[in-house]
Amino acid sequence: MLKTLRQIASVGVVTEPPPDPEDSLRVREILQGKIRAVLGRALSIRHIDAGSCNGCELEIHALNNPLYNLEGLGMRFVASPRHADLLLVTGPVSRHMHAALVRTYEATPAPKLVVAIGDCGCTGGVFGENYASCGRISNVIPVDVAVPGCPPTPTRILAGILTAVTDSQAVHRGGRNGPKR
Amino acid sequence: MPLRRWFAHAREHPGGTGFSSLIVTHDDWRSVMEDLRAAGGRLIALWASREAGVDHVRGVALAESRGLIASLPVQGDGEPSYPRLDDLFPAAARMQRAILDLSGLRASDADGRPWLRHSAWPAGYRPLVDAAAPAAGSAMLDRYDFVRVEGDGVHEIAVGPVHAGTIEPGHFRFSVVGEKVLRLEERLGYVHKGIEQRFTQLPILEAHRLAARVSGDSSVAYSWAYVQALEGLAGTEVPVRGLWLRALCLELERLANHLGDLGALGNDAGFSFGLIQFSRLKELLLRAQQQALGARYLMDAIVPGGVSYNLDALGSEGLRARIRAVACEVAKLRTTYDEHEGVRDRFMGAGTVSPELAVQLGLTGLAGRASGQPFDLRVDRPWAPYTELAPLKCGRTEGDVAARVAVRFDEVQESCRLLDEILTRMPAGPWQTVVELPRAGLLGAGLIEGWRGPVFVALETGEGGTIRRCHPHDPSWQNWPVLEHAVIGNIVPDFPLINKSFNLSYSGHDL
Repeated sequence: MLKTLRQIASVGVVTEPPPDPEDSLRVREILQGKIRAVLGRALSIRHIDAGSCNGCELEIHALNNPLYNLEGLGMRFVASPRHADLLLVTGPVSRHMHAALVRTYEATPAPKLVVAIGDCGCTGGVFGENYASCGRISNVIPVDVAVPGCPPTPTRILAGILTAVTDSQAVHRGGRNGPKR
Repeated sequence: MPLRRWFAHAREHPGGTGFSSLIVTHDDWRSVMEDLRAAGGRLIALWASREAGVDHVRGVALAESRGLIASLPVQGDGEPSYPRLDDLFPAAARMQRAILDLSGLRASDADGRPWLRHSAWPAGYRPLVDAAAPAAGSAMLDRYDFVRVEGDGVHEIAVGPVHAGTIEPGHFRFSVVGEKVLRLEERLGYVHKGIEQRFTQLPILEAHRLAARVSGDSSVAYSWAYVQALEGLAGTEVPVRGLWLRALCLELERLANHLGDLGALGNDAGFSFGLIQFSRLKELLLRAQQQALGARYLMDAIVPGGVSYNLDALGSEGLRARIRAVACEVAKLRTTYDEHEGVRDRFMGAGTVSPELAVQLGLTGLAGRASGQPFDLRVDRPWAPYTELAPLKCGRTEGDVAARVAVRFDEVQESCRLLDEILTRMPAGPWQTVVELPRAGLLGAGLIEGWRGPVFVALETGEGGTIRRCHPHDPSWQNWPVLEHAVIGNIVPDFPLINKSFNLSYSGHDL
């Protein structure tokens, strides 16, 4: 136990400031306030791998490391789409994941946002469209923000999430499916 | 027939990749595989390919560190079939089902249920043979008959394809009594993207980019296996510095994966301290990699003829300092993991695969080394520059989660040592050369010890710089079926821990 505490003390707090979204928000408190103002609570993210190679997932995992500290920004990953405000989707959509992706999207209550992560999510990437792949995520579900990269860095992913959340137009439309359920 | 007789009849591949190929008759197919099995050989991969209008099924096995690729022409009216291999090599069972899904060839008297094909394409369509795509939009019912377990109080738990965490999709059907798992049946194929068909659409000198994206955590291993096959066929002499930089990338990939896994395994045992500490170490390593080589993930590092990233003195020193810090910190964290009662309680005795079962089922790679299967291609079958390094094999025999964790800890230290040595001995000179287009109609192969296990790529050349067939094989094909055994008798909440201790690839498997 002592070793554990010593290690924690010696490493200390290593969290860095978050990156700027397109609107140049730097200060974490203002950002948290915006998220709360927009959604009334912290942001809950549900990740879906629709067919990725797993590279993007590795950078998404990094968001929870102590340097990026996603939870410190008031965002966390949730297990159920019914608890989610935002869907983070990776990969080209494998035809075998088409039904699961659509069902997960439909299970997410409005207002909801969809952020497509990675070159494959944005364009189909090196896999493209064929008998087994539907291609880009927006071919299957509506996408609010698309973050290219192979894989995109955690900073870019975070900027994409923040852009989706602070996009005032999306907010005023009340999310994807109109009136709240 | 003793193996050397088969090898004597086989044609050795050019380029020193350590493979030989031969074409066999219908009867010899079983004979050669039986002899390979009897000699302690291990099946690496099984796939089908159409050559000059004739279907062939090809199997590659490793025996005494030599690779033999046997090809059987499969002809016949009606439904062409070939003799099954899964009684000799259990891992062949799913490979045979995948061959039927993609190429329409059936293994006689073997399980013929679809495996990679769910409902995305109809039964008659063969993605690797038929030119035209099937009619889209046909709403086919996706029905898969899982084995039912009957009994008092037996329940079924269905998990996936979408899982609770940030993880790849797959389906697990548990039969449980209370919390205890009686049986697990996996269903994979959810991220099948038609990779093998896609390969045939890419120029042979550019398809390494697709190889690198078969399984994102093994990009270096896959792209190296691909270019190894290509360079063998093209007769390329990769500059020495290029080879050493490739080894640098491969060990960095191994290290990054092990750091991530050790953290995640701590987390799965409820020890989030471990996740925070290891994820920090991994992040600092990736940043040092970014500084030194220009990328956090080395998806495009390995290219035909060498590497695309060079290393300067400053980058080298920065990387070396970071690697030494990792080695030092991981040693401390190991003591914490080893002495923590809660972690020990979860890790020890969970998800055990005995050495006997490992031999029977062909458990390979890191998981195999934790169950008494001491195979590591870097040691057993070294390729340049590993021929000049002396990696130590890390292994255990207990075969439980604790053993797979221990092997990772050992391999972290060993990779740090290797990386330090590679940085010290890095030769000067060019790091890439031009690769000539190989002739059409050739078969080449590459085999690399990725962090998970042996990654194999078979490459068949077409006319004018095209690819007639490319078959990438992930060691997860051998290990996924073993997970079904490992979890029996354990409690359901231990499944994420046991699964993570294997950390098998879904995308690498599904193609």
